[in-house]
Order: sequence, then structure tokens, then C-alpha cells
Amino acid sequence: MKSFSVRRAWAVSRKEFLHIRRDARSLGMAVAIPMLMLVLFGYALTLDVDNVPVVVWDQSGTRLSRELVARFDGSRYFSVVGYARTYAEVEHAVDSGRALVALVVPRDFAQLVESGRPAPAQMIVDGSDSNTATIAMGYADVVALAFSQNIAVREMEKSGMPAFAPPVDVRPRVWFNDDMESRNYIVPGLTAVIMMVISALLTSLTVAREWERGTMEQLISTPVKGPELVLGKLLPYFAIGMFDMLLAVLMGKFLFHVPLRGSTVLLFAIAAVFLVGILSMGILVSIVMKSQLLASQMAMVLTFLPSFLLSGFVYPIANMAKPVQWISYLVPARYFVALMRAIYLKGTGLEMLAGQAGLLVAFGAVMLVLANGKFKKKLA
Amino acid sequence: MAETPNDKAVVVKDLQRRFGSFVAVDRVSFDVARGEIFGFLGPNGAGKSTTIRMLCGILRPSGGSGSVAGFDIRTQTEKIKSRIGYMSQKFSLYEDLTVEENIDFYSGIYCIAPEKKKERKEWVLGMAGLREHRNSRTSILSGGWKQRLALGCAILHEPSIIFLDEPTSGVDPISRRRFWDLIYDLAGRGVTVFVTTHYMDEAEYCDRIGLIYRGKLIAAGTPEDLKRRLMREDVLEVGCERFRDALAEIEKLPGVREAAMFGRGLHVVAEDGEAVAARIRALLDERGFAAAHVEKIVPSLEDVFVSLIEAHDREESAEAEVRR
Repeated sequence: MKSFSVRRAWAVSRKEFLHIRRDARSLGMAVAIPMLMLVLFGYALTLDVDNVPVVVWDQSGTRLSRELVARFDGSRYFSVVGYARTYAEVEHAVDSGRALVALVVPRDFAQLVESGRPAPAQMIVDGSDSNTATIAMGYADVVALAFSQNIAVREMEKSGMPAFAPPVDVRPRVWFNDDMESRNYIVPGLTAVIMMVISALLTSLTVAREWERGTMEQLISTPVKGPELVLGKLLPYFAIGMFDMLLAVLMGKFLFHVPLRGSTVLLFAIAAVFLVGILSMGILVSIVMKSQLLASQMAMVLTFLPSFLLSGFVYPIANMAKPVQWISYLVPARYFVALMRAIYLKGTGLEMLAGQAGLLVAFGAVMLVLANGKFKKKLA
Repeated sequence: MAETPNDKAVVVKDLQRRFGSFVAVDRVSFDVARGEIFGFLGPNGAGKSTTIRMLCGILRPSGGSGSVAGFDIRTQTEKIKSRIGYMSQKFSLYEDLTVEENIDFYSGIYCIAPEKKKERKEWVLGMAGLREHRNSRTSILSGGWKQRLALGCAILHEPSIIFLDEPTSGVDPISRRRFWDLIYDLAGRGVTVFVTTHYMDEAEYCDRIGLIYRGKLIAAGTPEDLKRRLMREDVLEVGCERFRDALAEIEKLPGVREAAMFGRGLHVVAEDGEAVAARIRALLDERGFAAAHVEKIVPSLEDVFVSLIEAHDREESAEAEVRR
């Protein structure tokens, strides 16, 4: 009597699978939305800043000032989009958004440089997008520094001094995401977010739907057991979730060319653990809410915002206020995003990720137990 | 646990269910013998569904005790669930699944042995008359078909007791008739049938009936028994011309408890039938209502039920009076 019947769980799974097959809309949602999100975010959400449009007002008009402008234009970070001859023109270019940065080279630029004194060059930055502005200013510093060094070296050579070597020579070498492509960083994280949102949304409807249609009353009068029902309902959605995962990995590889350095098996194993947790959470919401509308809204609130904002997918967790950081420990997507990135970009093995993976397993177990415990074969 | 004699399928003692301050079922006691068709009769909202749900183990009683198939309805609900078939008031199969898929699902849920599966499925399809529609979506079936399919799914595992909650509501008369043939058929094989209804004619088909009103069981017995024993008043049938006008006059006569139109005549309830009959005859003669006949008749169950409910209401208001 007490034992779990695989036959009954399988009967529930088969029935649930038929529901999904008959309901073209929810099946479409389960497959089309992840693809749409991947394409949309993969192409649109780029955090890279390059080819910042610059407008130049070269008051000096000398060989040196032209060299400075050429340095800016020649770097991959800036591209000169126009020249101005008055402040009004500079202002107009920035106001209209044609240029994000204006470079003003003063009249006495060349004289000051040649006489060995510091030569100011003004840079006006559109600060309304603070992130891009900060990055652009950093790039400008680098370009200006390289320019200055170049002049200094030239001057010294001219005056017959030995070749100059700067005391510290920083040579950056980027690991894990060599080209600093933000897409490589976003796609693995995005996969995590998509899995979270879609899976919880799908399962949040399943139990509530049976209560609303009255089929649950019949079902609870049979010998079917809670765990058989919960696991039976999980299985088809688990299959859909893993299919979405496969789709995301394939799109990452062939559409976005994100390198997958770690173990594919480990990647899918971790995705499976994460899925079980999220699907159980969806079922738990459905059991508690007993209404499809409420349950789907609840599932959205519980997954969408936390997985976007608190998972470290877009905004680094280390930059958040302390209390928010603590809350983020409750968001399973946090671990999944970190694990996905580690496996994708660093190629890390399980031995390094055991802590995060362990927390994900714990989350899955807790949700599964809660969902089973919360389901009662009683009315009211 | 309540003691259950072997010949009883259902035993209920002081069963009670409250929803907040509302008492849906108020200390109800009765029992149902094995192989019996027990009709649970009462108006909407009387507590029929609440009682049946407690018996099926899907609603916890607030008080009292009971047993179904020898198992306690408080503590052994899962044992009960594998021995009963339940058909809820609302159609509760999956409308987006086909007839066969619904049967297959429940046959999986009841763990029907693989070698019996096909035979049981064919039996249900034949019983419900759905052989040609086995691949149709359940949503397109008519009310009668749906109801027979629901019954079939509820008895796939050949339970010894079946609970049917208003199985025939909203179904055409021919389908209703057919459904009752099925119930007789099952009872003939020794299955106990517990059925709720508010159709008085259906109550006549039952071996025994219980009348429930405002959560209280106000009478129980065979239909014949109820008509003879419990009808305290006499029922007179009055036939005459212009009976609508006569009704207004008769209602005013002394000794008339109630008068109502019934078919093409009137039913008059009176404590002393003979005396009132004489008065009515006199009245009709005097006022010139032609072709009159006044006869004492065996009351219908409806008469019994209405009379019992009114007696119950009178007692309650009297009690309330005393308490005040």
C-alpha cells in the first residue's frame, strides 16, 4: 500500500504529455520563447563598448594634433564621425546623439607639446549612459597615454638619450574570455535565466488546472499517491526543459560561437539538477495557489525578476548592497549562472564547483520535498 | 473506529462537517447494506455532496465517525480509495483526451493487471456505447455519453461500492433511463450503490432512501415505508374545472395544511383527510365547479418529502420560539 507505484506515475506522465501535445500554444511557448529570448538577448544585449562616435574640433590644426586625432580614430574603441568648427557645432553633435564624445584640441596644443609643457586636450562626454561614458573615458586615457609616451620617447631619442623604458610595463592578458566578448559571458547566463522562467511557468499551471477543471476531485478519490502525481507531472516538463537546454547550447555554439570548454556531460547534469528544483518549485506554487492565473503570476514574480537581477547574469553580485547579496543566495539561478559560466568559459571540472553544485542539489531536494509534502489528497 | 457489521457497506454515526460557522452536515447517522441501492435525496445545498465526499475520503469530517467497506473514514482513507468508485457531480474526465486515453489513464491509476486491461476497456466502451467513438475527444461527446464514460472509468477496477454524486443532472430522460439500467445491472452483481439525486422519480428506483435537508437526515427507509409510515397527513387528489380558481378557495378551508397544483388537478394535504374531503366536496358543489372528484391517494415521494420538510421547519421555528 505504501510503496511508490511506477505504473501510476507513468500513467500520470503519459496523460500530462498528451495534454501538452494537444495544447499547441503551451508547447509553442515552451520551445519558441527560449529561442526568441536567446536571439533577442544574444544580439541585442551587448555590454561591449567599441566604435564610440567622436566629433573633433581641432583648433590647433597642426601635424601633432592631427596625429592625436588619428590615434583616436585608429583605435577600435573610437571612430571619428565628424569635425566641428564652433562650440555650437560640438554641442549639437552631442545633443543630437550623433557623437557620444567630443574631442577639443586647443589652439596652442602643438606649441605646448614642443616646449615640453603639459598640453591639455578637452574631452566632452555624454554622461546620460554612465556605463558607456565611464568605459569611453577609460579608453580615452589609454589612447592619450600611449600618445604621450610616444612623444616622450621621440623627444629623448632626438636629444640623444638612451632608449627610454617605463618603470612598470603592464601587459594585460585576458583569460577565459580572450576577446572580452560580452556575448560569451551573456549566452551561458541567459540559458540559465530562460530555463528558470520557462520551466517554472510551465509547471505552475499543471496542478492548478486540474483543480479549476474539477478533474482533481476525481483524481484524489483514486489510490494515486502524492509523489506519483508530482513526479509523474514533472517528467514531461523535464523532457521539455532538457530539450530547451539542448537548443540553447546548440544555438550558443552555432549561432553565437560561444566556446564550450568544459565537460558537456557535466553541463547537462547540472542543468538536470537545476531543472528538477525549478520544476518542483513551479508545482509547489501550483499546489498552493490552486488557480492558474495566480499560479502563473506567482511563478513569474518568483523567477523572472530574481533570475534577471539577482543571479549575476547582468549585474555583478559583488557590486550589490550587502542585504541584496544575502538575498541572492536564495536565488538558485545564481548558482546555475556561475556554474554555467565556469563550465563554458573556464572549463572547470566538478571538483572546483562542488560547493555551488551542492547548493543546487540542496535546492532541488528541498523543493521536491516541499511539493510532495504540500500536496494533500483532500478538498478544502 | 466504528464497529462495522459484515453486511454493512457504509456505517455512519453522528457525522458532521462545518465550513467556518456553517454546518453543512449536522450529526447524520445511517447505514447502507451490501448490495443495496441507497438513494440520498435532498434539495441543492442540503449536504449531499459534502456527505459523499467525506465517505470517499476526500473531505475530512469535523465530527462523528463512519466506515466504508470496513475502513475508517478518518484514518484509513487511502484503503477506502482503492475499494470504491466515485463519480463527482461535475464531469471530471479530461476533455482534451480521447475516450480511450481517458480509460487508459484510469486503468493505469488503478493498476489494472495487464492481462485484464483490454477486457476492462472493451467492457467500458461497450457499456457506455462508445465503441465507434473510442478515438474521439471527450469534449465533443454528449452529456449522456460523458456520464456513462465517467461511470465506466470510476468502476474500471471493479470496486465493491460506488458513490455517484448527482450522476444524472443535466442529462436527457432517455440517457437517464439508460443510466439507471446500468445501476441496476451493477447492483445485480452485488455492487453497493450510493447515489445522490434531487429527482423524486429516481428516488423511487432505490432500495432505500435517506432524506437530507439543511444538513440533517430527516428520514430514512424504503420508498414504500416512507410513504406509509412517515406521511402523517393524508393527501387528497382534487380534480375539477377551473382548478386554478378552486385552489384559492380550498386553501382557505379549515383543516387544510397545504394545497398545490399537481398535473391537471390539485393535491391537498390535510391532517384529517375524511373531514376535509367532505368540506371540499361541499365547497365545490356550492360554487358550481363541475365534474369534481375528491379522492384520498397514496402520496408520492414528493408529497412525503415536502410534508416532512414542512414539519421539520415548523418544529425548528417552534424550538426557536421556546428558546426566545
